Amino acid sequence: MNVLVIAEHDNVVLNPQTASVLGAALQLAEQADVLVIGYQCEAVAEAAARLQGVARVRKADAPHYAHFLAENLAMVVAQMAGSYSHVLLPATAFGKNLGPRVAAMLDVAQVSDIIEILAADTFVHPIYAGNVLETVRCSEPVKLVTVRSSAFAMVPACDAVAPILALAPGPDMGVSRFIGNELPHSTRPDLAAAKVVVAGGRGLGSHEAYHRLLDPLADCLGAALGATRAAVDANYAPNDYQVGQTGKVVAPEIYIAAGISGAIQHVAGMRDSKLIVAINKDPEAPIFEVADLGLVGDLHEILPQLTAALCR
Amino acid sequence: MKLLVPIKWVVDYQLRVRVREDGSGVDASGLKMSMNPFDEIALEEAVRLRESGIARELVVVSCGTAASQETLRTALAMGADRAVLIETDVLLQPLAVAKLLKTLAQRELPQLVIMGKQAIDDDANQTAQMLAAMLGWPQATFASKLQVTGTTAIVSREIDGGLETLELSLPAVVSADLRLNTPRYASLPNVMKARRAPIECLPAAGLGVDLQPRLTTVRVSAPQPRPAGVRVDSVEALAARLREALGMGGEA
Ligand SMILES: Cc1cc2nc3c(=O)[nH]c(=O)nc-3n(C[C@H](O)[C@H](O)[C@H](O)COP(=O)(O)OP(=O)(O)OC[C@H]3O[C@@H](n4cnc5c(N)ncnc54)[C@H](O)[C@@H]3O)c2cc1C
Ligand SMILES: Nc1ncnc2c1ncn2[C@@H]1O[C@H](COP(=O)(O)O)[C@@H](O)[C@H]1O
Repeated sequence: MNVLVIAEHDNVVLNPQTASVLGAALQLAEQADVLVIGYQCEAVAEAAARLQGVARVRKADAPHYAHFLAENLAMVVAQMAGSYSHVLLPATAFGKNLGPRVAAMLDVAQVSDIIEILAADTFVHPIYAGNVLETVRCSEPVKLVTVRSSAFAMVPACDAVAPILALAPGPDMGVSRFIGNELPHSTRPDLAAAKVVVAGGRGLGSHEAYHRLLDPLADCLGAALGATRAAVDANYAPNDYQVGQTGKVVAPEIYIAAGISGAIQHVAGMRDSKLIVAINKDPEAPIFEVADLGLVGDLHEILPQLTAALCR
Repeated sequence: MKLLVPIKWVVDYQLRVRVREDGSGVDASGLKMSMNPFDEIALEEAVRLRESGIARELVVVSCGTAASQETLRTALAMGADRAVLIETDVLLQPLAVAKLLKTLAQRELPQLVIMGKQAIDDDANQTAQMLAAMLGWPQATFASKLQVTGTTAIVSREIDGGLETLELSLPAVVSADLRLNTPRYASLPNVMKARRAPIECLPAAGLGVDLQPRLTTVRVSAPQPRPAGVRVDSVEALAARLREALGMGGEA
């Protein structure tokens, strides 16, 4: 088994989900290579080199990789993939964007969003919004897989440092151009990695109430904020707060769902949380079917009282 | 310019499929089918480009059995000009769909393919990126805003942590996210008219594409049900349980 992990990063910091993908890789082999593609991303390569189980870090560093355009990155990955049995990417916006492009260039199928590895060619992944788990066998020469990071433990950093090998950069395809981004800075933990998530739905009623009621609770618990699609559509919260089938998939220690009905598309993104708490005024709301602890009542009364009780 | 919108016919998003007793697959028999919600959004965006005069023609395509014609009729009623069914009984996986779409794209030469970011049955999130690679075109996945000028498309994409804006040279492939627009309902007269509209049927077998699934389903199962939870009857009781779970001790 010869495994390659594609690192996700912002040219400065290695995204911690890469360590989870490496966790999956180490179920396939004792060691794995990590590929870092970016611009002036030396610090990222060094961080990757310190992760446990990394044999080598391969680094492609060029200005046309600065914004991770799929057309340029896919050329690098596809060129290297042939010498590996497995290529693993995180099932994040980054990995979902890049993986299938590489797969098509190699003429292999991709297995999306794996949550379990049963054998080198056999993987479990959710379909139908997580209502069905499918076990698939992949007999492609290169197994291209995206990994749901919440399902695999992160590997720690260690003392040993793997060698970093620079690659000659591939071509700049020149067909797409980065114009800009809006990445609002948050002091809260990353939603995908947070131990506690406080999530609000349409039941919050307004942007103002969403923040007035949820911010203090999240602050005192050191929690990330999450939301339903309905809450995002109503502008209570930004789009990257969305949890669910088409948003982020989270599995924190504690997930507090306030004013959330529990549609299957939302539950798909949080059902693997350790402890699910639901606060809803409707005793019949489906969220109570997945909740470990349920409290029926008006969140406008409950949330301030709960915050006061926990955060004195 | 010409637009191509691929559409998948899927089990309606509000319904739950059942896993077959023997674990061999899912049982969707008798369940209502609908247009994949993301494809509805892609189509709406294309119809708007058509209505604003930026696009001259809008072609929709579905790959699957003859029954998928129904979703193409919905698309015609929503405003598509022409519909193509690439017909096969083979259970298609994204790689095969992308290859079929590629052959049609090479015939139709659209300037822009707009499609859903993910089919809500396989949840693969692959086909758009694969099609873009096969055609050698640029891609913008997870679009929440699309602006088409003469030779480029400017696309805002939903990424982890926020939004990103890209400019793509045309031709290109764009995949739609939920917030790109809110799709319209087809009017009754248009639905009636679409019933009689012709649909071009291309047998997939004649397109020289390898359709065989590359992934084998070993089994399917329902996820472990969560153990039944408890209802607490007061905020104090909830706070006490949460304190325990947080390791905050009995008294704060
Ligand atoms: C293709 C597709 C993909 C989707 N993907 C996602 C996804 O990724 N994530 C997602 O979340 N959704 C997704 N959805 C939407 C999903 O189907 C639901 O519409 C959505 O999750 C509902 O959000 P909600 O629970 O906030 O709103 P509602 O369903 O409107 O629920 C609001 C709840 O708040 C309760 N409430 C109201 N007032 C109070 C009060 N004062 N106190 C206490 N409780 C109160 C109500 O009883 C109700 O249960 C998707 C839908 C489609 C079609
Ligand atoms: N059988 C099909 N026919 C037409 N379009 C399809 C088909 N399967 C997938 N697509 C398109 O590809 C998108 C992504 O699907 P997937 O990669 O399966 O998640 C869908 O939203 C459709 O636009």
